[in-house]
Amino acid sequence: MSAREQILGKLRAAPTQSAPRPDLSAHYQRFSPVRNEIDTLRHWARMMRAAKTEIIWVSENNWSQCLVSWVAARRLGTLLLSDTTHGASARAALQEQGVATRLIRFNLPIEACKQELFTQVDASLTSVRCAIAATGTLVLWPDSAEPRSMSLIAPLHLALFDTRTLYPDFYSAMSREHWSERMPSNALLISGPSKTADIQLTLAYGAHGPRELVVFAQLPPHIDANTLEEIRA
Amino acid sequence: MKTHTVDFPASRHFKDNARQALADGELRASLRGAMDFLSAKRLSAFPDDTELAELRTLGESIRQRALSRLPELLEQLEAKLSANGITVHWAETAQQANEIIHDLVAARAGRLMVKGKSMVSEEIELNHYLEAHGIQALESDMGEYIVQMAGEKPTHIIMPAIHKTKQAIAQLFHDKLPDTPYTEDVDQLISIGRNALREQYLKADVGLSGVNFAVAETGTLCLVENEGNGRMCTTVPDLHIAITGIEKVVEKLEDVVPLYSLLTRSAIGQPITTYFNLISGPRRPGEKDGPRSVHLVLLDNGRSQAYADLQMRKTLQCIRCGACMNHCPVYSRIGGHAYGTTYPGPIGAIISPHLLGLDDTRDLPHASSLCGACGEVCPVRIPIPEMLMRLRTEGQRARADGAAVTLRGQGATHSTGESLVWRLWSGLNASPSVYRMFGWSATHLRKLTPQHQSGWTQNHVPMTPAAKSLHQLLREREVKP
Repeated sequence: MSAREQILGKLRAAPTQSAPRPDLSAHYQRFSPVRNEIDTLRHWARMMRAAKTEIIWVSENNWSQCLVSWVAARRLGTLLLSDTTHGASARAALQEQGVATRLIRFNLPIEACKQELFTQVDASLTSVRCAIAATGTLVLWPDSAEPRSMSLIAPLHLALFDTRTLYPDFYSAMSREHWSERMPSNALLISGPSKTADIQLTLAYGAHGPRELVVFAQLPPHIDANTLEEIRA
Repeated sequence: MKTHTVDFPASRHFKDNARQALADGELRASLRGAMDFLSAKRLSAFPDDTELAELRTLGESIRQRALSRLPELLEQLEAKLSANGITVHWAETAQQANEIIHDLVAARAGRLMVKGKSMVSEEIELNHYLEAHGIQALESDMGEYIVQMAGEKPTHIIMPAIHKTKQAIAQLFHDKLPDTPYTEDVDQLISIGRNALREQYLKADVGLSGVNFAVAETGTLCLVENEGNGRMCTTVPDLHIAITGIEKVVEKLEDVVPLYSLLTRSAIGQPITTYFNLISGPRRPGEKDGPRSVHLVLLDNGRSQAYADLQMRKTLQCIRCGACMNHCPVYSRIGGHAYGTTYPGPIGAIISPHLLGLDDTRDLPHASSLCGACGEVCPVRIPIPEMLMRLRTEGQRARADGAAVTLRGQGATHSTGESLVWRLWSGLNASPSVYRMFGWSATHLRKLTPQHQSGWTQNHVPMTPAAKSLHQLLREREVKP
């Protein structure tokens, strides 16, 4: 008999016990915080900043200019961009402004560019599928255009996030987007740069993945970035 | 890197191990500090008592629901994973699991495996098995990396190197890593580890990881981590092997939401970890990275024994947060090594007898004051103290008494003397006249109580019966107007 049959056989021979399916939706209806749009955004930003994430409020029209200024001020050596609409916009804006940063594309399978990814890329820019306010989290669904390693290997991860896709909690993000019907090969929740407290419980960032996470958070026209920052001041 | 022989105390010698640990002042100080820190962090992560209570109840129901349908869910998981392109293997024993993994690595002539954190791989002693077959298995979680370099075993399931000071780690890196200056700066130490391990991700043929939750509905393997090494191991090498116990399956994708929240808040008091990695298949056509081959090994190794008994089945609800250790007065004084098992602390004391047998773990169910803290903090409400008492009973049970459930090593602590004492005690309490006689003699002959009372008087003043029994005192009260 195979190990599979042996194991399943033992489990089937055990006494049965019925347990009802718990109601998760009722739980989250009861305990999910009710906040207005502004407070939800503020909470998300507060949680992300608490995990050493830099947030730059931008708009649909000015995000690429903001990116250009940030990249230029930082004097980034090499920036990895994807073959996507936002990747192309970023590339065009950076080239137009004559920023000295070397722009590269992820156009080969990882086997062919592993060494370069690990040793020569200073930053990469990805989009964000949606975000979660309760925990200060970005959700990424990497795909053929924007591979998984783009949010992992470079020491600096730049993320472009449309704040209209902010959900109050993980449960609402997963259920409203019907994740269970179509999971990608890899879905990711990212809540800050890589970190560890494995040495004497002392928190250190940049354990294996990015040391820094910078989010360009794109606000809709009716929200003024200053409104969001009032509480901080 | 040099190879090491790992020598760790066996669980059979728990009492000796505990004595040694208690005498180690440095260990006790670092454990005390760490456990107080983690307990306070956990408390701050649950500011609302009602939410905590409801979330624990929800976590318990999700785990019990999954266990109630375990065989079907495992089959569904296998079918879904296969449809997603992930190959599923089943292993009844540690040996089988090691062979499966070795064969997968050997099939592509792999020499280097990078490992994300996996307690199950510790359980099966995978690193030694592979090393004996010429394959290097390198731990990449910072804590595990340090512990492996020192030739030790993890002492805590969430914080593997919690017993080591930064000075010890500084010296270790200086001694073992080429051209590494001595530094006690934690940022620099982490940076040294980061650079050393990044070179290995580039070279590795295979990445191995554990699994925090396996979702039957979608065929998804979930990994919880802060460091990003788990993502490295499951993204960069071309072959990813995941290993997990058969109990880790959950029914629906939504089930991971409350369990993940309970896990990170209970374990380290964080609202969420840096990464939650949901893997539902190998690299798809057109994708440029991710492993082209993904395998899952489902391990029994004694879990089905716990499953066979409805009370002990609750052991399998565990989500491995470690909160029971952080709050245990025994664990926080002796640390993880003394247990001599992969899973230490209260959860270790109730799961290890199923994995290793009661013969080798006979003292572990007794390594508790039954204060109940472990049960109170357990995010999925496992009644750990109840389970400890059950295992004590099973240990004491005479091997041939025909009990319905047969545990490996049942009756390991059986002694005729103890059985006799319990029989006498039971008879004494069952007969009013005998009980009265006992009460009379105990109070009147109290001066004859021996001053040396076995283990008790090692650390306590001798017990002496009171001059009057409770019955007597109550009677006197009733008589008074």
